[in-house]
Amino acid sequence: MEGAMNVSTANAVSPDQPILSVKDLKVHFALGGGFFNKVTRHVKAVDGVSFDLKPGETLGIVGESGCGKSTLGRAVLQLITPSDGQVVWLGDDITGLPPKTMRPHRQNMQIIFQDPLASLNPRRTIGDIIAEPLMTFHPHLNKTERKKKVQQIMEKVGLLPQMINRYPHEFSGGQCQRIGIARAMILQPKLIVCDEPVSALDVSIQAQIINLLTELQKEFGMSLLFISHDLSVVRHVSHRVMVLYLGKIMELADKDDIYRSPKHPYTQALISAVPIPDPDLERNKSSIVLKGDLPSPINPPSGCVFRTRCPYADEQCRDIVPALEGVSFSNDDVTPSHEVACIKWQNL
Amino acid sequence: MTRTDRLEAMMPGLGITQPDREIKGRSLWQDAWRRLLQNKAAVVSMVLLGIIALMAIFAPWLSPYPYDEIYWDYIQAPPNFDNAHWFGTDSNGRDLFIRVLYGARVSLMVGFLATGVSLIIGVTYGAIAGYFGGRIDNLMMRFVDIMYSLPFMFFVILLMVVFGRNIFLIFIALGAVEWLTMARIVRGQTLSVKRKEYVEAAHAGGVSNFKIIVRHIIPNVLGPVIVYVTLTVPQVILTESFLSFLGLGVQEPLTSWGVLISEGAKLMEVAPWLLIYPAIFLAVTLFCFNFIGDGLRDALDPKDR
Repeated sequence: MEGAMNVSTANAVSPDQPILSVKDLKVHFALGGGFFNKVTRHVKAVDGVSFDLKPGETLGIVGESGCGKSTLGRAVLQLITPSDGQVVWLGDDITGLPPKTMRPHRQNMQIIFQDPLASLNPRRTIGDIIAEPLMTFHPHLNKTERKKKVQQIMEKVGLLPQMINRYPHEFSGGQCQRIGIARAMILQPKLIVCDEPVSALDVSIQAQIINLLTELQKEFGMSLLFISHDLSVVRHVSHRVMVLYLGKIMELADKDDIYRSPKHPYTQALISAVPIPDPDLERNKSSIVLKGDLPSPINPPSGCVFRTRCPYADEQCRDIVPALEGVSFSNDDVTPSHEVACIKWQNL
Repeated sequence: MTRTDRLEAMMPGLGITQPDREIKGRSLWQDAWRRLLQNKAAVVSMVLLGIIALMAIFAPWLSPYPYDEIYWDYIQAPPNFDNAHWFGTDSNGRDLFIRVLYGARVSLMVGFLATGVSLIIGVTYGAIAGYFGGRIDNLMMRFVDIMYSLPFMFFVILLMVVFGRNIFLIFIALGAVEWLTMARIVRGQTLSVKRKEYVEAAHAGGVSNFKIIVRHIIPNVLGPVIVYVTLTVPQVILTESFLSFLGLGVQEPLTSWGVLISEGAKLMEVAPWLLIYPAIFLAVTLFCFNFIGDGLRDALDPKDR
């Protein structure tokens, strides 16, 4: 399935140029601070993340709760203003743009949310909900044209077009997620951030929604930032996978590489925890159990942020902040296809 | 299998055979309305309130007497059905029935207009403060706090002194006080609604702040606001009665329930009907509003579904 990046949108950029490039992105939230108090501490939700996203590519972002996945997705879309770093969209730096200048870019980047029902305004019909981006960016369309477009996209995402006048509470979770996808897709954006789009759905519906997303991607060629904590789902949809821990990238690699030979101890632990759908294998497999909890992002551990839970950590890990290192390289021998942030990956 | 086939398998017989028929949805407001209609107390209250309002509107046709005519033969006469003084006459010889209805006009008008004023100001102010948050919110809400700390009576007396006694001043004075609570309620609701994902989706879709407030915030904070409105109307009516009781309300010969009750209270022992009839009307109206508010709260509560 991967490799079938059929870029069919009219003004697509050349397939090698990254559509989105994030450079050393940081999102720090101030704590305290009120009328009289000074801001004393910061939550470092995202702390120096860099990556590129090619047209038609799906980048999976995995990590446990509170590691900054969703914040990263929102910061890319400028829904949260980054504290530092750059988000470069089609060659333009869009970091911290004022709403007016940001607006034209918004029709190319959309988001799908975790909770399907909460992402739909309960007081509006789904026709209105899906049409909202159209009303914003194509206000000249008249009612019939708008309705036609809405019904077309509804059919595309597997909703009956005659449901257009219904309200969100009259739909099931899976259908609501389809509505959310229709709203995101109606302007045919180049990037969709999927913020855990299936984790609130049950397994059979998950499969439908994921297949729908990949089908739509084949047809329209948009890139996806697929945020999830479910490794098997990410494996199914992604071309590349990024592992986040406490706001930092631990490992970033092509999907096959990262699942076949994870280099970072954290990735290894995550992947060993994925259940195997075969009772005999499942019983005999050895999984790495991490001790302790995610440290507080208010004051993260020195050196490698993972060292407090890493089975291999020692003195060195306390002092050295590991940078992303290339493990293997793609054809041109320059761009790494597999990167890891661990000073000991060669010895593990 | 095509998509339509799959849908057919998932939901057999759901209009797929008639692909042109659009299915009408039922909005949350319609749902709430249905639930409200199932609440007997609320329905009875609405009917009673409707009757009182109609009587107030058509007052001149309901009684042979005008409200300000003095009948020297019937000073402080008890209720009498033969001469159509159904509720008796007051100490000046005016027909009480028509005066109660004219009082209803003033009281209900004050109730609705002052509440309307407070609704418009309060919702706009609260939604803006809550939505923009931060420093704007802080400034706007501290202003509300300061307004709260102004003594209400002092405020009313000040207005009277400056502008003279006028019924519209009562609307302004009451509206200017009632919107404060409304603004606080709306701000609190806005704070929770603006974090909802559909608002974020609107942000991501480049919708302007103004349109987000109008399309997404206000319709979703209206539930608690409507309930509060039904509680504000009786509160305003009571406050107007209180002002009239103190002699700051409407001017003779015009009257309101508050004025009638205060006059009736003075003559309670010799002419009890002067107190009883206006008091019944006031009490019934207040009960009605409270029952409707109760019913609305149950009907609009999203936890129900």
